[in-house]
Amino acid sequence: MSEIAEKVKAIIIDKLGVEESEVTPEASFTNDLGADSLDTVELIMEFEKEFNVSIPDDQAENIATVGQAVSYLEEHAK
Amino acid sequence: MELKRVVVTGLGALTPIGNTVAEYWNGLSNGVSGAAPTTRFDAGKFKTQFACEVKGYVPENYFDRKEARKMDLFSQFAMVVADEAVKDANLVEGTYSPDRVGVIWGSGIGGLRTFQEECVNFAHGDGTPRFNPFFIPKMIVDISAGHISIKYGFRGPNFSTVSACASATNALIDSFNYIRLGMADVIVSGGSEAAVTEAGIGGFNALKALSERNDSPETASRPFDKDRDGFVLGEGAGALILEEYEHAKKRGAKIYAEIIGGGMSADAYHITAPHPEGLGALNVMQNVLRDANIKPEEVDYINVHGTSTPLGDVSEVKAIQTVFGEHAYKLNISSTKSMTGHLLGAAGAIEAIASILAIQHQEVPPTINHFTDDESFDPGLNFTFNKSQKREVKVALSNTFGFGGHNTSVLFRQLND
Repeated sequence: MSEIAEKVKAIIIDKLGVEESEVTPEASFTNDLGADSLDTVELIMEFEKEFNVSIPDDQAENIATVGQAVSYLEEHAK
Repeated sequence: MELKRVVVTGLGALTPIGNTVAEYWNGLSNGVSGAAPTTRFDAGKFKTQFACEVKGYVPENYFDRKEARKMDLFSQFAMVVADEAVKDANLVEGTYSPDRVGVIWGSGIGGLRTFQEECVNFAHGDGTPRFNPFFIPKMIVDISAGHISIKYGFRGPNFSTVSACASATNALIDSFNYIRLGMADVIVSGGSEAAVTEAGIGGFNALKALSERNDSPETASRPFDKDRDGFVLGEGAGALILEEYEHAKKRGAKIYAEIIGGGMSADAYHITAPHPEGLGALNVMQNVLRDANIKPEEVDYINVHGTSTPLGDVSEVKAIQTVFGEHAYKLNISSTKSMTGHLLGAAGAIEAIASILAIQHQEVPPTINHFTDDESFDPGLNFTFNKSQKREVKVALSNTFGFGGHNTSVLFRQLND
């Protein structure tokens, strides 16, 4: 697993209070990990802070799973 | 329209002198002080370096971590006491209609720590707004009422009252009114506050409102003592289940007491100073007696606002003497803030509970920390100094007054039929 993927996983475990085993690439924040709309906004903000990127709202809408977050950040992280 | 009777069927308390109702009464009855050096932040540079904090509170004992993170401490406190009260009242599903159960909750300030932290973070940044999406729903003062309703599915009237240190009493009065008007069967009422933060202590210090007796925190809250020098900031919460009498009887609920009156008034004088002659305090006590339709002579115990400030204590006692006349010498007066400190918007909740427990135990909790008489006070009055007193308590009055000149009083009576 990439360093970025490790960090993403750690943020999700911390913010959503879920078990490590639940955080699979396919896991959806809202359907599988119990996030509501506010939790999702908070996750995106944490990603922005951790990886020093700015994720525009229209792109944030496409980040719904753990895997999608990792690939977006691998592409855009500075 | 005939007004319905309203009784108290459940209690919950999280206070600087006890984390349950039983522990709270134990502290009250034994005259325990809740004051100690501040642990919630480094108060080294503050004029006041102590407070009445809740002891041994661990959020994880009550919430999962994710849930706790989304609630300011004042909401966590609210949830803890609401749970104790709902269980105490044995409000089990099927014995009530969820649409007829409300939550009316008081807090003077709301999520002060959340507000402080988010603003500090922003100020330390480069101007880019990175406010947490939970900032507003953690901070707003009404959110505790929302959280309580969500947890239990109570879908009746739901809001918060804000009148500084009178907030929780306003919540009780509103709850009483809605139930006696037939607009709800049960209301979870009370209040919570968690303002022991840099902004809270610093702000009240700037007002010269707090005691600065750093060499002896446990004796700092000394209402009616000659050397009182301000209030001691407290934190915590209290919950009361108010219920329509027939509804309570029908489901076989235990009844602590009946709430028989609510009174409100304004000083219309100054934002923080009390009216020097206690005009607002006088009016509010007359209003509550009129609302309950009882005579002053029927009151056995007054749990006073008595915050331990030089001016406030004097004007409240003047008002008591005017309202109660000769009977003022026969009733017991005490300020339980001498033990708990001042819980601001939650004060009315825990003091209503103290008044109800005084009726239940037939014992008046003391005004501790009395060392030196103050000639401002009539020596014939019984302030229940230093030790609790056993006596007949059928009717208890609880006063709370808030910055802005808001005055509130409620009357509780032993159920006698």
